[in-house]
Amino acid sequence: MMAAPAMEAADAAGFTDSFSLSLEEVEEGRRIRACLQCAACSGICPFGYLMDFPPHKMISAMRAGMFEKVMGVDSLWLCVSCYACAQICPAQIPLTNGLMTRAKEEMLLTGSIPAELQEALENSQRYGNALGEPPRRRADWAMDIEPAVPILSKIKRPVEVLWFVGDYASYHPRGRQASQALARVLNRLDVDYGILGPEENSDGDSQRLAGETGLFEMLAEKNARAFGKYEFEEILTTDPHAFNALKNEYPALGISYPVAHYSQFLAGRLDRLQPLLTREIPARVAFHDPCYLGRANGIYEDPRRLLTAVPGVELVEMLHTRETSICCGGGGGGMWLDGFRWEKAHFRLSEIRVQEAIDVRADILAVTCPYEMPRFEDATKTVTGAKHLVVKDIAELLVDSLIEQG
Amino acid sequence: MNIVVPVKLVPDLVEELEIDDGGTALDTTWLRFILNEVDEHALEQALLLKESLSGTVSVISLDGEGVDDVLFASSAKGVDRLIKLTGVDYGVNVNNHAMARFYATTVRILEPDLVLVGVQAHNDLDGSLGPLLAEYVGMPYVGYVSGIAPINGRCRVRKEYPGGLIAEMDVEMPAVLGVQAAESPPRYVAISRIRQAMKTAAVDEQAAPDLDTTGGPMVDSMFKPETAERATMITGDEDEVAGRIVDLLRELGKA
Repeated sequence: MMAAPAMEAADAAGFTDSFSLSLEEVEEGRRIRACLQCAACSGICPFGYLMDFPPHKMISAMRAGMFEKVMGVDSLWLCVSCYACAQICPAQIPLTNGLMTRAKEEMLLTGSIPAELQEALENSQRYGNALGEPPRRRADWAMDIEPAVPILSKIKRPVEVLWFVGDYASYHPRGRQASQALARVLNRLDVDYGILGPEENSDGDSQRLAGETGLFEMLAEKNARAFGKYEFEEILTTDPHAFNALKNEYPALGISYPVAHYSQFLAGRLDRLQPLLTREIPARVAFHDPCYLGRANGIYEDPRRLLTAVPGVELVEMLHTRETSICCGGGGGGMWLDGFRWEKAHFRLSEIRVQEAIDVRADILAVTCPYEMPRFEDATKTVTGAKHLVVKDIAELLVDSLIEQG
Repeated sequence: MNIVVPVKLVPDLVEELEIDDGGTALDTTWLRFILNEVDEHALEQALLLKESLSGTVSVISLDGEGVDDVLFASSAKGVDRLIKLTGVDYGVNVNNHAMARFYATTVRILEPDLVLVGVQAHNDLDGSLGPLLAEYVGMPYVGYVSGIAPINGRCRVRKEYPGGLIAEMDVEMPAVLGVQAAESPPRYVAISRIRQAMKTAAVDEQAAPDLDTTGGPMVDSMFKPETAERATMITGDEDEVAGRIVDLLRELGKA
């Protein structure tokens, strides 16, 4: 390859060479050498056209020994870590986990990050959740559920399933409603489960994808200490990001448990769930594939099986679906970069999705990631003709169908 | 330019506060202590001065839960010397008079050019730390500072007054300055850097002198804000409501 001679100038700054070597430490990272400069990554990136250096240009700058130019601009923070680039890359370069995340980490190590992201990271460090909410109130969402949601430190017995609830599903008002719905579904199925409550910390995956590897490790270690105190057979997650962290990232830190996203878990119990779904929901339902359930982990069918199990539901597919689903805008630190992104883009990715849902005449936009509900609900207020569109978590739709059994 | 930043950890208001059984202080069982918010600015301002003029920055803290984290984070940001006064804890009832006396002993030994403190804290019951410390070490004090530029052995500071007024004044050094805001927001330091600092940075532990709280107030009772009389909603049509408001204004105006 042509890379070597041009490196010298940058090596004097001690940056480009060490950076490119660090990319090769990522699984399959050496593939970066095989970049064809086809620019498919930058084309599919939902913000690629707004970046000074979209992925393929980052690689060409690195090859030219000019990576400090990439580090000199802030458009990297537009990356939503949605895996679209990594998936389309014909050379199969791990662009999301490798290049984009490592580059954000380099930015972060220099202290150069948008203020709103800084606050979320500091909150995560201090309180174990990005929202800056009191850790002692982490299980408050469950207070009115009957039968009570078991908290492992209180019940002091082994359970089959440890439900890892997550930040937004514990604290965000819409997330809490979805968590309450999921608790009701689990109760109806007599699942033997428990939650960590105040002992749970953020899964840390979005912090990792925003470049804060050290914080990710710290949060993972705290969760591992909590897991280690209790006996359970598997972990159930509300959040696809937590699922991704536990499945793909925690094992490298020596934290390894069987894990399922709740859509997988419930789809695996459809034989018992389906007979209970008796109340009809006559609606056209579009399903938004979350990046970290779909593209990152290949789970497309389970959420759809749950939706079609609800009587009356007519599942419709949006223009971008399954592998081509478009990020809601919350990934890779996007939940904490709304102001920054608005300044750069003057639109929200969630608005594209809500428009697509309207285009297929959906009544309900079904989601299964706690980032999505507030983002899509906000977008229904700004997209013309979207006021009728209802955004619901799959667990909420299931409860709506269950409800007449009380 | 040698700068000392004596910091204060304060109860974190994110968790609900509870009063202890004695009814005169906060229950510390669940209390989490964090660095006073404006102390972050004092520290940032010290680092900015060090970066533009060279010199050293030392941070002093009392002991207690969370103190090591604050010290290591400071080190990761570029603080040169970490000093912890052992034997006295933020969790016990240390008032600002006592805290200023502790810090005065260390500041005298360090002979700094500048002492930067956060201008206030939410739990200051006996005045803020800065003026007390300045008195004990015999240095001038200026508070509500939002800009510092050393010029020929003096310091030109921007001091904020209420009502949008700003004064520029020269202060003889050494001086104690109460920082309201640093010239740029407190920087972010990656956790990996803090973890590195935990392995490499040394905390200079010094035994604190005897606790002397004289000068501070005695708390007779501490309680949560009591609900005041609830507002009354005035109902009726526009004329009735307007008439009632006029009556009320007349009544209240007489009193």
